[in-house]
Amino acid sequence: MQDGTASAFDTPQVRLLFRAPLPPSYTNFLGRKLLRFLLTVQGLGAFALITLGVLVSKFSVARQVVRPLMRREIGRAGVRLLPMFLYLSAALGLLVIGQTVSWLTRVGAINFLGTVMVVVVVRELGPLLTALVVLARIGTANVVELGTARAMGEVEALEALAIDPVHYLVVPRVVGMALGIFSLTVYLIVGALLSGYLWAFLQDVPLLPGEYFRQLASALGWMDFVLLGLKTVSFGFIIAIVTCYHGLAQPLRLEEVSGATVRAVAQALIACVLLDAVFIILYLVA
Amino acid sequence: MSAACDRTNEPVIEMRALSAAAMKNPGRVVLEEVTWSVGAGEYWVLAGPQGSGKSDFLMMTAGLAAPVDGTYRLFGEPMPIFEGERLATRLRLGLVFDGGQLLNHLSIAQNLALPLRYHHNLTAAEAGERVQALLDLTGLAPWADAPPGAVARNWRKRAGLARALMLQPEVLLLDDPLAGLDPWHAHWWRDFLRQLAAGHRFFGGRPMTLVVTAEGLRSWKGQACHFALLDKKRFVVLGNWTEVERASHPLARELLAPELAGA
Repeated sequence: MQDGTASAFDTPQVRLLFRAPLPPSYTNFLGRKLLRFLLTVQGLGAFALITLGVLVSKFSVARQVVRPLMRREIGRAGVRLLPMFLYLSAALGLLVIGQTVSWLTRVGAINFLGTVMVVVVVRELGPLLTALVVLARIGTANVVELGTARAMGEVEALEALAIDPVHYLVVPRVVGMALGIFSLTVYLIVGALLSGYLWAFLQDVPLLPGEYFRQLASALGWMDFVLLGLKTVSFGFIIAIVTCYHGLAQPLRLEEVSGATVRAVAQALIACVLLDAVFIILYLVA
Repeated sequence: MSAACDRTNEPVIEMRALSAAAMKNPGRVVLEEVTWSVGAGEYWVLAGPQGSGKSDFLMMTAGLAAPVDGTYRLFGEPMPIFEGERLATRLRLGLVFDGGQLLNHLSIAQNLALPLRYHHNLTAAEAGERVQALLDLTGLAPWADAPPGAVARNWRKRAGLARALMLQPEVLLLDDPLAGLDPWHAHWWRDFLRQLAAGHRFFGGRPMTLVVTAEGLRSWKGQACHFALLDKKRFVVLGNWTEVERASHPLARELLAPELAGA
């Protein structure tokens, strides 16, 4: 944290803006909202940079303590969610195929089934759906855990032991969530593509497996793999940063944890959708 | 009273015209113009009523916050120290929180092991022997695998002490160690702190510098050598126990009340 203190983001000015009642005047109200937004962006940006700095500068510090924490977070944000993602992949395949087969058949474009699957599942729905599910399942838990730890004085205890709270609490979550979302997205996409063909087969679509996978392969370019990796890791980074920031960077009382959780989920959701929009532009440009 | 009272050692804590702020409200100054020196091996009690800034001052002394004004040196190094080459100096000081402040996702043994494992990059197995020895020393062995939430407050406080001792600090700061303890535990703490001040065999026999905050003074008779008051943002050094008993300061008279004997 900034200067190594737990109160780095809790200046009196910030507190006034965040906790004082909103003024009745419309322009003042708008101004206060805008200032709050800018302060949040500033705080999140600073927290992200601090975390990246700690991630790099303390990469080899206390490996025997931090690496097991990273493995635990990868398990939590990845491996343990696999059963749910198997279900989701089957559902996603059904959803996309179920909607597209009838339309593609009508216009005689069934040969584009593979292309549609790549555009919809690989580029858009796969990463975004994974991010949102991980946000709901693990991101919320992050805010509650860290907010409670903050309220119970555990962060101060770490600082008293000269243990950097960002290194011990945030870095494992960032790494775990980035790798977890990347891996789960890959599983979700593969599962959805396979189940998609299964649903197409059950609808008597005249498409052989070889042709379906040829369509998929021809629709995929190297840029899809690069951007998919970048996008999923960025989603993981953003969700971890936003949820950890709201749980950790400001002093919380226990009764404030639920409010912080709601704020974190809303902001992470908005940030992920905005990032997705940026990647759409990248896809279009590339 | 121990022989440490008569020693005049080189200062380990030196404060000059220092002001400290509240941890939860950095804009509120709780102490001003503190000029204080603690020699190696000394045993201090800082007394004051609730809200006098004892905990905030102790946190600042532990390096959790920077002084608002003035200078503070620990072993000659300017504080606060957060990391880097001077971190070794910071690790010569330990802090025991009022409620233990254990990490709730770790067991008692894992809490104790954490500072040792983190700063020496050890596996749980490598730290195990040292952890077990400290668990035995502090009587925490039966609760080693229990989460802090499943352990009574008396034992959680003791676990906080054991964790702070894990890195064998030379200076130990204790925030209201007797608060909320039953008489049996309070007796154990006084006895154990006396042993630390005299030089405990477990820690190489070197007398440990102790700074304790308390709400009352009477419990520390025959225990500590040096006493000070925190009153109305002022740091008032009273001296030794004889001087405390003779002190005319109104707060000192109040804090000597027999009702505060357990505090």
